[in-house]
Amino acid sequence: MPAALEGSQAIARAVALCRPQVVAAYPITPQTHIVENISKLVADGRFDCELVSVESEFSAASVVLGAAAAGARAYTASSSQGILLMTEVLYDISGMRIPLVLTCANRAVSAPLNIWNDQQDAMAVRDSGWIMLFCADNQEAVDTTVQAFRIAERTELPVMVCVDGFTLTHTLEPIDLPSQEDVDAFLPPFEFERRLDPARPISQGTLVSPEWFPEVRHANYQALLAAEAEIEAAARDWAGLVGRETGALVEADGPGEARTGVLCMGSIHGTLEAARAAAPDLEPVRLIRLRCFRPLPLAAIEAACAGLDRLIVLERAIAPGLGGVLTTELRAFFADRADAPRIYGFAVGLGGRDVPLETLGRALASSAADNPRHFAVLDLEPEKLPEEDR
Amino acid sequence: MLEIRIHGRGGQGNVVAAYLLATAAIGEGRHAQAFPAFGAERRGAPVAAFVRIAAHPIHRRDQVRSPDFLIIQDQTLVHVPGVTTGLKPGGGILVNSERPAAELGLDPGFVTLTLPATRLAQEYLGRPVPNTALLAAFLSLTGALPLEALIEALAQRFKGDILERNRKLVEAAAHEVPAGAWKEDEDARSA
Repeated sequence: MPAALEGSQAIARAVALCRPQVVAAYPITPQTHIVENISKLVADGRFDCELVSVESEFSAASVVLGAAAAGARAYTASSSQGILLMTEVLYDISGMRIPLVLTCANRAVSAPLNIWNDQQDAMAVRDSGWIMLFCADNQEAVDTTVQAFRIAERTELPVMVCVDGFTLTHTLEPIDLPSQEDVDAFLPPFEFERRLDPARPISQGTLVSPEWFPEVRHANYQALLAAEAEIEAAARDWAGLVGRETGALVEADGPGEARTGVLCMGSIHGTLEAARAAAPDLEPVRLIRLRCFRPLPLAAIEAACAGLDRLIVLERAIAPGLGGVLTTELRAFFADRADAPRIYGFAVGLGGRDVPLETLGRALASSAADNPRHFAVLDLEPEKLPEEDR
Repeated sequence: MLEIRIHGRGGQGNVVAAYLLATAAIGEGRHAQAFPAFGAERRGAPVAAFVRIAAHPIHRRDQVRSPDFLIIQDQTLVHVPGVTTGLKPGGGILVNSERPAAELGLDPGFVTLTLPATRLAQEYLGRPVPNTALLAAFLSLTGALPLEALIEALAQRFKGDILERNRKLVEAAAHEVPAGAWKEDEDARSA
């Protein structure tokens, strides 16, 4: 019998099952319930860890950096402005190849102030050198959290588990929590070879001069690319252990004759699935979900898009002066491919605007033109704007 | 799929009501989803929460726009614009009110019933929190889930004397409404 759990509560329980020795976080909506639930588990004696209450997200990231550098399994969580305040440290963590796990409860970025869900925060740190996984539902958030620790520790790279704020964090749904035995079997105790240890002194993050800096960056770049294999292995091994598929890099499904694909990340996938099922008159659509955004799994994306004439990318963020991050990345990747699909990009659901079932039909209709707009906000209500801003 | 929208004011246990209902459904082996429409979370401000219950896994995550039923925790909300928007024709509205339904002036195309939920809560719990009484009455009206499922859901939150008081409140509130009066609606919609 699955448990009825709020997403944040389920994620907190999953974190506890992973037995991190250090958790440091600063509360921010919509991540708050994750930290509250972890605090309660610790206070109730059900989760034995050093829980560090810090005065800012900068400190939260710094504490887990230090803890993991010293060999502890460490965890933190944040959202939006909190992720931005952490950003300097996020680069430090990946630059020093410190393995740890962060849950990003995705939220819009100010200004104007908005506490609701989109994925602008994650996009803002897309080049920070972290592995970034996006979850479609809360079951996947639980399972991905466990996988994330193994991926981090095997690759010596930090992993950001992205879950849509409110849409997932504040939704109660049926959850199969894994057993402690299964998590322990999947996740052996963390032994960090390069840990800070007075008996074996090493330095981390020291000054690296131009003679070595490009080599360090190259090594990090290669490590992130190579992480694909560990992400796939973690998904495969976890499915073998608990019998649940989470997806690995890219998930695609739809009728074989579909020539149009719709690609997204995160929880709108479920709504698009329901939209497709509810509207059999729509043209056949292949739904493609990017679970792994960093490293960008180009071969898997190419395979998922095989045979498509048209690819519609639905993004939960916007890149001012450019359009869409993912749209642009995919256009660049497909630019030299002979039978590449035409790529249409839209932002949708910015700042928590509800994404209804009609979104799928609207996306198909809006991308029917021969000359697609470079990038557009799909659910814009232009009449709300003065003429000059439309 | 059964879709329910719960309206209330911040502090009335609106989200908890949605979570309890979905928890009760999951406990009965159904699939269910509950989530709030968060605005600014101020005590007293109008808030809404959504529940979906189905026999199959629920994938969609959009807000409930065409509910089968409304549960309104505060009678002063019944004429707030948007509260009854999208309710399916003939849909049921359960309002926390001391007044007869006819006095509330709601669209006669809907089926409105009232329950003095605040008074019942005050009597059984000593606190003016109407959510549990309304859920009990809703389940009694629709037969969507057995009352025991709601009590099981309450048992995940409360223990001892508080749970016992809630159990008595559930039974009392269920008896205040005509059991099964909305059952055909529920059967048709959850089919």
